[in-house]
Amino acid sequence: MSERIKTGDGGIILTNAEDLMNWARLSSLWPMGFGLACCAIEMMAAYASHYDLERFGILPRPSPRQSDVMIVAGTVTFKMADRIRRLYEQMPEPRYVISMGSCSNCGGPYWEHGYHVVKGVDKIIPVDIYVPGCPPRPEALIGGFMRLQEKIRGEHPLAPELFLEMQEGVPA
Amino acid sequence: MTFEEIKNILVAQFGEIISADEKGLQPFIILPSKNIAEVCRYLFEDERFYFDYLACITAIDNGPGLATMELIYNLNSIPYGHDLMLKIIFPRNTADQPLPSVSTVSHIWRTADWHEREAFDLLGIHFENHPDLRRILLPEDWEGHPLRRDYEAQQKYHGINVRSEN
Repeated sequence: MSERIKTGDGGIILTNAEDLMNWARLSSLWPMGFGLACCAIEMMAAYASHYDLERFGILPRPSPRQSDVMIVAGTVTFKMADRIRRLYEQMPEPRYVISMGSCSNCGGPYWEHGYHVVKGVDKIIPVDIYVPGCPPRPEALIGGFMRLQEKIRGEHPLAPELFLEMQEGVPA
Repeated sequence: MTFEEIKNILVAQFGEIISADEKGLQPFIILPSKNIAEVCRYLFEDERFYFDYLACITAIDNGPGLATMELIYNLNSIPYGHDLMLKIIFPRNTADQPLPSVSTVSHIWRTADWHEREAFDLLGIHFENHPDLRRILLPEDWEGHPLRRDYEAQQKYHGINVRSEN
């Protein structure tokens, strides 16, 4: 072993396990690589070199089994709804959903007369973050990811559920 | 070949059943729906026409008032560069009757297969002797034909409300 000059810095970071886990999770959010409509074009632009989502550790995965977050980018038709629910169920926990754009938020331009569009993807799967816009610009999607990162930062992955319920004052 | 020439050849071949409407921007031939396959076969095979390309099939619902439906066939001849519009008008069905039925042209132009499936899916027109008449856009278990004038969407699909609740 080579001798190192003593500087007073031990090369040690003190943290707690929860913060470390949260930091690791929020720094490598892997979305499932799929898009449904024009929002997917903006999503692809966000992945590409101009906006470069990879600098946040966000890179699309080709399988739901390897994904942490699902970006519902576009119009959810009833024909697609069953598939989306199935893909969501195939994702391992912890899993998150970003609803991108008006269509998947609430049905968008199809909310009244569209017989074929699900009026919001939250009718079929739980949504964590809603990104408004038609379609949202890549900046807005990045903003959505940052909101999701904030949400993950506040989570307690190691605390027992009973303790969390007590903290919130909800009877177990 | 001009529309007039095409019309004259068709009238000479098929007689009274062929009529023409030249009032609009694009003139078209009207014929009875039962003759559509026969006339299309002739237009496809005759060397003077050689309509080798079916550009599209448009289906129209005129609503319960007029109680008719229409199918419009746009033909094109790639070697000769001429085109033709054919129209058939036939009675519409009410809720308790079977779907209106028209002979398929998919044995003449393969592309008609999917065009006819779309007309079946969205407007509910049955095509006789079609090789595979299934819905093409909507899910298989969808109810009704959405582009009909009197269409009412179903309440729920697989447990999801179809209408917006707020």
